[in-house]
Amino acid sequence: MTPFFALVRMELRLFFADPRAVIMSVIAPIAIASFFGYIFGGGAGNTERSKIPVLIADLDGSNLTQEVVRRLKADASLDVKPATPEQCREAVRKGKATAAFVIPKDFAFGTAAAFLAGGSRPEIAMLQDPSQELEMRMLQGIVTGAVMGAAGKQLSGGREEIPLPFGVRAESVTSDPTISYNGYAHSFGGMGIQFLLMVGVEVGVGLLLRRQLGVWKRLRAAPISRMMLLGSRIVSGGITSMATLMILFAFARVVFGVHIQGSLAGFLGICASFSLMTAALGLVISTLGKTAEATRAVAIVATLLMVMLGGAWVPTFIFPRWLQNITVVMPTRWAMDGLDAVTWRGLGFSTVAPQIGLLLGCAVVFGAFAVWRFRWEEN
Amino acid sequence: MGVMASMLEISGLRKSYHNLVAVDGVSFRAGQGETVGLLGPNGAGKTTTVSIIAGLIRPDAGEVRIAGRAISSDTDPAKQSIGLVPQDLGLYDQLSARENLRLFGALYKMSGAPLRHAMDEALDLVGLSERAKDRVKEFSGGMKRRLNLAAALLHDPQLLLLDEPTVGVDPQSRNAIFDNLESLKKRGKTLLYTTHYMEEAERLCDRLVIIDHGKIIADDTLQGLHRRFCAQNLLTVELEDGELSIDELLIDGLSIDALRQVPGVESVERRGHSLRIGVRDLARDSAAILQWLAERGQHVQHFASERTSLETVFLTLTGRSLRD
Repeated sequence: MTPFFALVRMELRLFFADPRAVIMSVIAPIAIASFFGYIFGGGAGNTERSKIPVLIADLDGSNLTQEVVRRLKADASLDVKPATPEQCREAVRKGKATAAFVIPKDFAFGTAAAFLAGGSRPEIAMLQDPSQELEMRMLQGIVTGAVMGAAGKQLSGGREEIPLPFGVRAESVTSDPTISYNGYAHSFGGMGIQFLLMVGVEVGVGLLLRRQLGVWKRLRAAPISRMMLLGSRIVSGGITSMATLMILFAFARVVFGVHIQGSLAGFLGICASFSLMTAALGLVISTLGKTAEATRAVAIVATLLMVMLGGAWVPTFIFPRWLQNITVVMPTRWAMDGLDAVTWRGLGFSTVAPQIGLLLGCAVVFGAFAVWRFRWEEN
Repeated sequence: MGVMASMLEISGLRKSYHNLVAVDGVSFRAGQGETVGLLGPNGAGKTTTVSIIAGLIRPDAGEVRIAGRAISSDTDPAKQSIGLVPQDLGLYDQLSARENLRLFGALYKMSGAPLRHAMDEALDLVGLSERAKDRVKEFSGGMKRRLNLAAALLHDPQLLLLDEPTVGVDPQSRNAIFDNLESLKKRGKTLLYTTHYMEEAERLCDRLVIIDHGKIIADDTLQGLHRRFCAQNLLTVELEDGELSIDELLIDGLSIDALRQVPGVESVERRGHSLRIGVRDLARDSAAILQWLAERGQHVQHFASERTSLETVFLTLTGRSLRD
């Protein structure tokens, strides 16, 4: 057995000898990714969504407004209940309803007058929860559609609706029409990345802890190079991380139907390069602090920032544009985009090759920095 | 005894950390098969010296030669000749004794049957063959110390660097470790043994290097040191109950420095309520000291003499006890 292989083997033995480390690395990300995956859209074909609670006060009570209320109640994304204007305001203020609509008296007459004679337009008051901005735009669209539909039917004498002069055809664009979005693919990738970074932190902190023990002196006294000492730590950390990702995605595949729709080589390449990068990052961490405790605290904060900005918690398209532009330099984003590309987007190796190259480059740079800056001498 | 071939030669070692000079011009040698004790109180520079020899620390100046060769890099084959027994246990608690040894053997490119044989032999030497498969965390402190020693023996080094290998162990385990080291001596190994326990050095070492504040203050065989300090004997004087205490004696103006001026007194150390006084001529100087005390109204409750020891040697050389 070569010294390098012996060191790697020993590190792996130590990792698996610590049940807490194994649990933290595998079970915790599975649990959190399952949760995030569920709330961010669930698995393929899962259309179940929480309905938006909406109250409506119909002060007009005309045929037109009753038709509007009927259409709103029929919308699958809404949970519409009747209420008085006061109840509407109170419910929105307390956060029990996302929004409420108050249809004023003589609304039907007003709309007909405005439509036919160009009079002033009546207004539907929309009481909104200011924390639910995204839903508001959607609700405006739904209400507009419902009023237009109902008004058209009224104008045609109730015989038939006036059809809209255009249609909208939605198509999920992936590499193949049979591939659909799976929220678990993103959440398992994201949580995998987060916990791999945690493994990286432990690689660094573990090294600092080891320096405090006589075993470090014994390793240093042996005729092996510094590169081998740190390299074995990178490789063992990388293997641990890679295995963690494989277990996560195996679980996601079996339980949530997450498939590698794109390049398998690309998927493995992203996983391997990110695993090596995190282990090398761990070594960088070990060069920054003097005590394990202080280093761990700082490293965890930095890790969470990287995870957050890399889009591992929520997709980066939710970010403001300026933040999206900034985060393109984050290795976590490269990994996240790469995993999204080869899982639910179904893209090929060439698409993720730049990300793999960047992650490997980072691993090399981090490793070289660690060898350069590592404090080899004990005081 | 003829001059032995040098296994270890150190010349002009110097190492400082910021303003603290840890090792200051240390030079000594250890012959093939010789056991050299590196003695000194805590912080004297023993561990730094050992760390430099083992290649863990780069000295600011000076040179270390192992069997005539200087260690030039981390991977220098000359490091194969060194077995380090660190003061802090160099073992993985979560692994078994055998797994630990397998790793440390592999670091020296050992594998297969030779490694298995070396592991069996090392475990046998330290009496842990029966516990080879047990995890180290289940071991007692003494067993861990013995395994710590075994881990340094696998690659059959000619020079063993033992940095306080008996710290924190019970007397039984200490004796076991001594037996192991004596066995290694018989096999011709060169041992560099750092300690601040005089009795350990007296039992084990052929030659003693005494270090204090990073400097060597004596380097001689045990017999040589005894010869140099042969005239010195140690008197222990305890004052009678009800008389002035040592502190009062000092307040009374009869300081230790004053006692040192008494003819024949080589050293004076206060230990609790006793004075330990080193003298050259036991009969003549004892009488003079007793008379000196009597003239100052002091009555001696207990008076004893003992042969000079390494403790006394150190006290004489440095003016303080090894355990200070």
